[in-house]
Amino acid sequence: MTPYRSTVDLTTDLAGLTLASPVLTAAGCGGTGRELEGYLALGTVGAFTTRTITLDSVPGAPVPRLVETPSGMLVETRGQNPGLQGFLASELPWLAQRRVRTVVSIAGSTPGEYAELARRVANSPGVAALEVNLVSANRDAYERRFCDDGYQVAKVLGAVRAEVPRGVPVLAKLAPGHGLVELARAAARNGADGVVLVHGFPGVSFDPDTWRPSLGGVTGTVGGPAVLAQALRCVWDVHREMPDLPLVGVGGVRTGFDVVQMLLAGATAVQVGTSLLSDPGAVRRITDELSDELAGHHIARPADLVGAGHPDPERDTR
Amino acid sequence: MTGATGAMSTPGQVLGVKRVAAFHVLSLLAPGIAERFRPGTFVALSVGGPMSERLARRTFPIHRTRPTGAHGGTVEVVLQVPDSGADPGTLWLATAPAGTRLDVLGPLGRPFALPKEPVTCVLVGEEAGSAPLFTLAERLRERDCPVHMLIGGRSGQHLFGALEARRATRGVTVTTEDGSVGIAGTVADALPDLLVRTAAEVVYAAGRHSTLHAVAAIAEQHGAWSQALLDVAMPCGTGLCQACVVPVVGEDGVTRMVRACFEGPVFRGDRVRWDDLGAVPEDAR
Repeated sequence: MTPYRSTVDLTTDLAGLTLASPVLTAAGCGGTGRELEGYLALGTVGAFTTRTITLDSVPGAPVPRLVETPSGMLVETRGQNPGLQGFLASELPWLAQRRVRTVVSIAGSTPGEYAELARRVANSPGVAALEVNLVSANRDAYERRFCDDGYQVAKVLGAVRAEVPRGVPVLAKLAPGHGLVELARAAARNGADGVVLVHGFPGVSFDPDTWRPSLGGVTGTVGGPAVLAQALRCVWDVHREMPDLPLVGVGGVRTGFDVVQMLLAGATAVQVGTSLLSDPGAVRRITDELSDELAGHHIARPADLVGAGHPDPERDTR
Repeated sequence: MTGATGAMSTPGQVLGVKRVAAFHVLSLLAPGIAERFRPGTFVALSVGGPMSERLARRTFPIHRTRPTGAHGGTVEVVLQVPDSGADPGTLWLATAPAGTRLDVLGPLGRPFALPKEPVTCVLVGEEAGSAPLFTLAERLRERDCPVHMLIGGRSGQHLFGALEARRATRGVTVTTEDGSVGIAGTVADALPDLLVRTAAEVVYAAGRHSTLHAVAAIAEQHGAWSQALLDVAMPCGTGLCQACVVPVVGEDGVTRMVRACFEGPVFRGDRVRWDDLGAVPEDAR
């Protein structure tokens, strides 16, 4: 199928942002970008998503932070990051110099913190888009996560959107769970240009020797192929209700066909996370496989597939 | 900080697994790694084959490399498989038939730093920890550094490379905890005498964390620099997952949780907060 590859144009419009391909790295799985250098040209990825940046540096969870689960990984790092200052001083400039399309993931513990992060990040050179990680404890609401409450989602997105220039898309990242469609709607109505679906699935596992929880942080989230079908369903459900809302599918993407599935379910682009941990060159391979898949089915552009997997009500009477 | 080793991903193949006492020496065909190798760096291997449900890498310090063999460059690593409760991924590697294909990332991590002057060095290896020290000894001798090796283990069966060490260096000290071979005790028990006797200025060590802690403290008491190769679970090996963090004090006196796979696995012994390994100290940033 290789000869057809050149006929496929992977250029993707994500909420007004032009990307070379619909395959991005996922937050927290691509390091600072430097770690990937030996394995792929960062300029060729759709976009590089940073780990989640907070105002102050976070030293993170005790070890073990990651254990294998069947076809997945259970992880809890508690968001280790160098803080906004450290990020702006030593991580973002490196990406900007290389002209890497960069999506910066941010999280706060109050809407005000989100707003401050958004203002300072979005006005820094080299930022293509913001990803608002809503899987963060709300200091003013008994540590309940922002992503579990539509009112709080709306409040954060409103605060962020007010600080971000028009040309910089704001993406809201949500966790799987009850009421996902309504939470996505709350984000979209309050300034999110797109929604990233979904954060890792909650999990726990036990150590075979000690019979105690394997993670130092006790509970964590599962990523990897084990969660692909569930992540697809999240994309599917939100796209069915809001077919015009740009979605970024994330969860268990490992092959070009997995990207095809995400597009069919309604995603405009995808992020690759856990697969990078076992194969740091995964984005390049997956992108090549996607080209082959599309060429093999005579699809000229990924955009032609977005949502195409949903039954057509006028044609399909099931 | 960068690993700066020019790591790469290469399709590898098992050439053979050799039993040596309590250890398995795994030889891999892995073109391109040998040329970039420096002592202290490691490889991250995929396990279970292409249909594997086990997604984390297994990492091992490089024992030896050969740039050219019958089929291309090769890499040797040393596995220690416990009699019970062995990691299924490591067991898979130890029992992999010749010809088994696997993905090899490497050489990864920061190597041992070599002294600029021809100073006397002591290399301390505990059980499989000895594996990366032989190529280090060669590089040190190329720099005219007198090299002494201190090799230890639970028993004679748990000594790796004691014979090879005798061939490689002018002085070899062997310890076993059961007293079956050499001095009875641990490498840490034998180290103070050796440091006094040799007036070594640099100590290189690999082994259990408790041993490395003791070695770092003894080196400091004797006014020697120490470098420790940490054995920490590294699920990705490339710095991406942030799971192999250890508390390390930086030049600025601030403790940070740094990745053993990327900023290590070799650290200055006096920089690691040994008592806090496995935890996140209150003052870490």
